[in-house]
Amino acid sequence: MSEKQNSAWSPSSREIQRRQSRRAISRKQAGIAAASSIFVLGTLALILVTSPGWETVKTTFFDIEYGKEVFPTVIKGLWINLQLTFIGGAAIGVIALGLALLRTTKSPALTPFRFLATAYVDIFRGAPLILIILLVGFGVPALGLKGVSSNVIFLGTVAVVLTYSAYVAEVIRSGILSIHPSQRAAARSLGLTSGQTMRFVVLPQAIRRVVPPLLNDFVSLLKDTGLVSILGVTDAVRAAQINASRTFNYTPYVVAAILFLLITIPMTRYTDRAIRQRTSAQNSEGAI
Amino acid sequence: MSNVLELVNIRKSFGTELVLNNLSLVVPEHTATALIGASGSGKSTLLRCINLLESIDDGRIFLDGDEISDPLVNVDDVRRRLGMVFQSFNLFPHKTVLENITLSPIKVQGKSKDEANTAALELLKRFDLSDKADQYPDRLSGGQQQRVAIIRSLAVNPRLLLLDEVTSALDPVLVNEVLTAVRDLKSDGMTMVLATHEMGFATQVADEVCFLESGNIIERGTADQVLHNPQNPKTQEFLKRVHQAGRL
Repeated sequence: MSEKQNSAWSPSSREIQRRQSRRAISRKQAGIAAASSIFVLGTLALILVTSPGWETVKTTFFDIEYGKEVFPTVIKGLWINLQLTFIGGAAIGVIALGLALLRTTKSPALTPFRFLATAYVDIFRGAPLILIILLVGFGVPALGLKGVSSNVIFLGTVAVVLTYSAYVAEVIRSGILSIHPSQRAAARSLGLTSGQTMRFVVLPQAIRRVVPPLLNDFVSLLKDTGLVSILGVTDAVRAAQINASRTFNYTPYVVAAILFLLITIPMTRYTDRAIRQRTSAQNSEGAI
Repeated sequence: MSNVLELVNIRKSFGTELVLNNLSLVVPEHTATALIGASGSGKSTLLRCINLLESIDDGRIFLDGDEISDPLVNVDDVRRRLGMVFQSFNLFPHKTVLENITLSPIKVQGKSKDEANTAALELLKRFDLSDKADQYPDRLSGGQQQRVAIIRSLAVNPRLLLLDEVTSALDPVLVNEVLTAVRDLKSDGMTMVLATHEMGFATQVADEVCFLESGNIIERGTADQVLHNPQNPKTQEFLKRVHQAGRL
């Protein structure tokens, strides 16, 4: 933009005045923000430090030496969470896409599958994840099926995948439904079949639109893999729990929490940025 | 001269609202038929019915003598023989101009990518859009987008082009570049049916002008007859209003 400006142009005295006023306003606002932050955070810290149990809490939750000691076992457990997240995430992507396509199809041959997909989503989206993990983790081995692993990591992953596929399928479906029917009409009028229309026109736009909510679900998935610890999988949560119950010092929980945050906070920041970019892109489209 | 399109007693309703009422129309090869009439008179619905985007309640539609209103007909095959351009362009925003144009030739007609690209670039050159091939639609002006949409529908070599108020979303300056493109197509011998609010345009390209009112053609003839010497009082009334709005 600046290159298009006339080089002979210099701001008028009124404009210079306006800029000074704007700077004064923003300086004042920054000052207010800093003062209010110091006050609020300071008050919270004061309440914490002056509370009667603070000394005990400090030694049982924030024991730095003990934290260092348990760090290797907790981070080894976190590696399980990460593996579970990525392997599970891939499976979820495939299953959820299938479910979303089934739920949006109008093909008469697929009618029974459409009903099944709807029932599936209703059930797994509506039941607490922890119950699904318990049911799969203890129920499937009890069936005594041949060839089905009773490995707790495997069963825990299956439970998480079952539940998250339902969540993600709904996100993808909402993306598909958000594409304007005129796009479909244009594709069909070019002779594309309904399958080709979905694959080349609707899905690419739908997926792009739902990337931010999908990233959100991905962050939740990482956190929720901690729930498989109830089956006895030695993930970060379980590793912390083992240490804590041995010493009655809860610092390992704090270590595990910090490790999760170190991964999830950058991911959420990235998600927020993706959402912002998406919003501004849509706004520019809307201006046409 | 053979007839490309023949509509016989078409009837279409949305719920209780009768949109097309016993409408018949013949479009000979290399001719352009303009549909005029107030909004809601059934122009767009008629085009969508021809393209099988809407199903008709009664009547018959023939394309090159084949009855395409038969429910057993393969709709994808029929649409491959028709081109349709929409009021709101409906370009695919996630694809470049070139990809928009070559999608159907590659996926539907099974052409190789090179072959499709060459043909598309030739069309872009003809419509003076060569430099836009690799841009995304939202970087183009409305007039450019609509010309790309026209090229996209031409890329499948349609027998008949359906134009649905292709200039209604454009400002007066941009309207002209799109109209010029359509005029060029007409002189190349393309058969077309166009719904339009541009009476001057209808005069220039249409061999026959049809005035629609409540889902039927109540007056038809050459542009000169219908637009300048209308017989039906309803046509006279409509044209008077168009004239008052400065659109004739």
